[in-house]
Amino acid sequence: MANKLETIDVHLHYGEFHALKGISLAIPDHSVTALIGPSGCGKSTYLRLFNRMNDLIPYTKITGQVLMDGEDIYKIKSSKIDHLRRTVGMVFQKPNPFPKSIFENVAYGLRVNGISDNSFIENQVEKTLRQAALWEEVKDKLKKSAFELSGGQQQRLCIARALAIEPTVILMDEPASALDPISTGKIEDLIFELKDQYTIIIVTHNMQQAGRVSDYTGFFYLGNLIEFDKTKKIFTNPSKQETENYITGRFG
Amino acid sequence: MEFPESNERRKKLGQAIMFGLSRGISYGIVALLFLILFFIVKQGIGVINWEFLTAMPTDGMTKGGIWPAIVGTVYLVLGSMLFAFPVGVMAGIYVNEYAVAGPVKRFVKMMTNNLAGVPSIIFGLFGMALFVNQMGFGASILAGSLTLGLLALPIVIRTTEEALKSVDDTFRQASYALGGSKLYTIRKVVLPIALPNILTGLILAVGRVSGETAPILFTVAAYFLPKLPSSIMDQAMALPYHLYVISTSGTQIEASRPMAYGTAFVLVVIVLIVNIAAALLRNYFGKKVKMN
Amino acid sequence: MRIRRFTEPIFESLIKICGYSSGFVVLLIIVFLFKEGISFFGSSPVEEGFTMYVHASNPVKDLSAAQIKDVFDQKITNWKALGGADQPIDFEFLPKCIDSYMDSLPGSLAFFPSAQTDGKLKSAIPIKIDKITVGKFLSDTEWFPTSRPAARMGVMPLLLGTLLVSFFAIIIALPLGLAASIYLAEIADERIRKILKPVIELLAGIPSVVYGFFGLVVIVPLVQSTFNLPVGETALAGSIVLAIMALPTIITVSEDALRTTPRAMKEASLALGASQWQTIRLVTVPYAASGITAAAILGIGRAIGETMAALMVTGNSAIMPPTLLQPVRTIPATIAAELGEAPFGGLHFQALFALGCLLFIITLIINLLVERVSAKRN
Ligand SMILES: Nc1ncnc2c1ncn2[C@@H]1O[C@H](COP(=O)(O)OP(=O)(O)O)[C@@H](O)[C@H]1O
Ligand SMILES: [Mg+2]
Repeated sequence: MANKLETIDVHLHYGEFHALKGISLAIPDHSVTALIGPSGCGKSTYLRLFNRMNDLIPYTKITGQVLMDGEDIYKIKSSKIDHLRRTVGMVFQKPNPFPKSIFENVAYGLRVNGISDNSFIENQVEKTLRQAALWEEVKDKLKKSAFELSGGQQQRLCIARALAIEPTVILMDEPASALDPISTGKIEDLIFELKDQYTIIIVTHNMQQAGRVSDYTGFFYLGNLIEFDKTKKIFTNPSKQETENYITGRFG
Repeated sequence: MEFPESNERRKKLGQAIMFGLSRGISYGIVALLFLILFFIVKQGIGVINWEFLTAMPTDGMTKGGIWPAIVGTVYLVLGSMLFAFPVGVMAGIYVNEYAVAGPVKRFVKMMTNNLAGVPSIIFGLFGMALFVNQMGFGASILAGSLTLGLLALPIVIRTTEEALKSVDDTFRQASYALGGSKLYTIRKVVLPIALPNILTGLILAVGRVSGETAPILFTVAAYFLPKLPSSIMDQAMALPYHLYVISTSGTQIEASRPMAYGTAFVLVVIVLIVNIAAALLRNYFGKKVKMN
Repeated sequence: MRIRRFTEPIFESLIKICGYSSGFVVLLIIVFLFKEGISFFGSSPVEEGFTMYVHASNPVKDLSAAQIKDVFDQKITNWKALGGADQPIDFEFLPKCIDSYMDSLPGSLAFFPSAQTDGKLKSAIPIKIDKITVGKFLSDTEWFPTSRPAARMGVMPLLLGTLLVSFFAIIIALPLGLAASIYLAEIADERIRKILKPVIELLAGIPSVVYGFFGLVVIVPLVQSTFNLPVGETALAGSIVLAIMALPTIITVSEDALRTTPRAMKEASLALGASQWQTIRLVTVPYAASGITAAAILGIGRAIGETMAALMVTGNSAIMPPTLLQPVRTIPATIAAELGEAPFGGLHFQALFALGCLLFIITLIINLLVERVSAKRN
């Protein structure tokens, strides 16, 4: 399988703070990769490399290469960053719908990227809401504010919002950590469905979740990538002692 | 999916225009401020000299100085702060340290907000009705000071409250743990830490009071007085009112224009000093508190 | 130690009393304002100590202040216009003797000291003058508080003047203030913001009388020459000065509101390929809408209550209806200009307190609105 994403010796500094210390990692196409590790170890920072979200923080410094389909996304013209972000969807830790209607939340990405054909937008909204397993629940109240949905529904709406512009990569930063178990289950099912079409990276601190949904797992610790391998291997027979300690909860 | 390529250009152009516009407007507002300051400084600075600051006005206020207005404003500032500062600080202590969250506290805070929103001319009307007439102080420094003090009250209350809020609870707990009573803790621990910020509030209130005109129109201000006030029951001249009268009334508006520029200059300098002092105090002590 | 046991409760009750001080002051303001203001209603617009008389045969039994003024201004010269017989009105301001004057003139109307008649009148009888009511106060379109024999105290031109000046000020200030707050909250980097912010706050510290003076010597001549007007002291000049004065309020409040937009929400927009400006326009500003509304309302409130600047640059003419390029008169400016000359406790004095009550009610409504709007977001 070809590598969709790859980082080569990436270092990231927040001002003085060395948050990523030389991460080299290749992520295969159409797979789900879980990033695990204790809080503050750099998982989110790493995830946000791929849609250049870290650029928004003024004092960050990034070295090394971040490749997508073999092209270094930190070498592209700044005018192409919007294009990059269009092909990389992102789902955040807490559901964060816009202060707009359910419909307009999903249509947002289409509209800001210049699509104005209303019937196309309507079709696309319905298609993605179905994909996110939310259509049946919201089809009668598309004009209602997105804030009226439950937390789990809001998060699926955010997934639909990301899917609507048909990205090839989806980044998920602890997408279920703020949700109840039933909603979490729905999100996990969804990830399972989506992996045929997308390359997914999911940050999670829930080990079972990583085991359930991912093909590959990377273990981060203090800004380093300790180990990266098939999920089955990481969870049954990790090669590093730190990984084993973390997996088995014997983490000091 | 096909995204129209032209949209990227439109997005870029729109952003460039709107960012440029908002930056231009922001700088324009700053430029406007400097224009106002520069204009008054340029016109007024030539008038300023020792005589202007220390002499009585002469020739129907077209010549001489503004000494009685300066004195009057100083009296009014002192008088109003004598009232507003202790009351306001105690009210701030009440709101932040004593009042328990609930309807009473909400009501007290709402009233402070309402008081802060009352137009200054209403204070003038009220001061006239209560202090000048009902209490029989007549138009006097006493009546004017009390009126201005009420106007400054919400400023002092709010800054005190903010200052106390920013004192970390661990200081209070440490004092309680050592057996300090609530009042003792406030007096010996909380207030000293909050003091610089409370003083900032005092300075801002001084700035506000020294420039207010409407509240003193009917409670103290005199158009012209041949001698300085000798008691708190006397009327007084004041800088803002002086600027108002010499720039709008009288028969010699043109002749007294230089006096008006000079007075405006003095008022602007007071505002600048007050703001710089408040900023310095905040910066200086702000750092110190953090260091501990 | 023992002393402290005594003094502490005393201090603590003092603190508590001071805590209620602002509520107490607001209450006092209401009491004193409304005490004078309310006694205004129900009184007669005719100067105290005087009465209006007509000939006993005259069928017209009551007149309004407006009608009396029209007679006095000779706009009405025939009783027919007042619902009486077709005969000319002979108006005498202060006849030597009311009875003998009236005797020979059935169409006469006179203004005379009440005390000098001693009640023994033959041909003259007092006419009823309509009392001042809240409705009339609010709807009457003329403000001539010192006009004799009957004062006209209609708040309409003042109210409209105030609203015209204030709303136009906000129309100028809101887009500018919003743009500046967007720049400060979302675009400028921290270093520039740290410089610009205190400078803009300095605008709030300049006394209103200095703004008024600046308006008088700079804005007023500018307005006059730009629009080629006979006088530059106009509503427009007032609006411009008040707009400058409202800017810091609008900028500070809306910047705070913009800053409450969660970072994740903005990032979500950018992650969908939106530009920074699209994010501001479509996400940040809508999210902060209630705060921006509060900023606008607060700004209007400031402008409505502003006294000295309005007094100095608006020209103070109670023209009806007020327009932008003519002098106007605002409520606070009226109080400031006239209270000094109004005899204590008289009708005019009370009328100015009634204006004060109206202004107070308006600002109270504005405060409540702001609280309502800002509470909504939580
Ligand atoms: N904007 C920022 N500025 C400075 N330090 C940051 C910033 N964001 C994250 N960090 C620091 O970088 C480290 C990694 O953060 P993050 O990637 O969010 O960790 P994780 O997602 O694994 O919990 C943490 O120590 C955090 O404090
Ligand atoms: Mg994280």
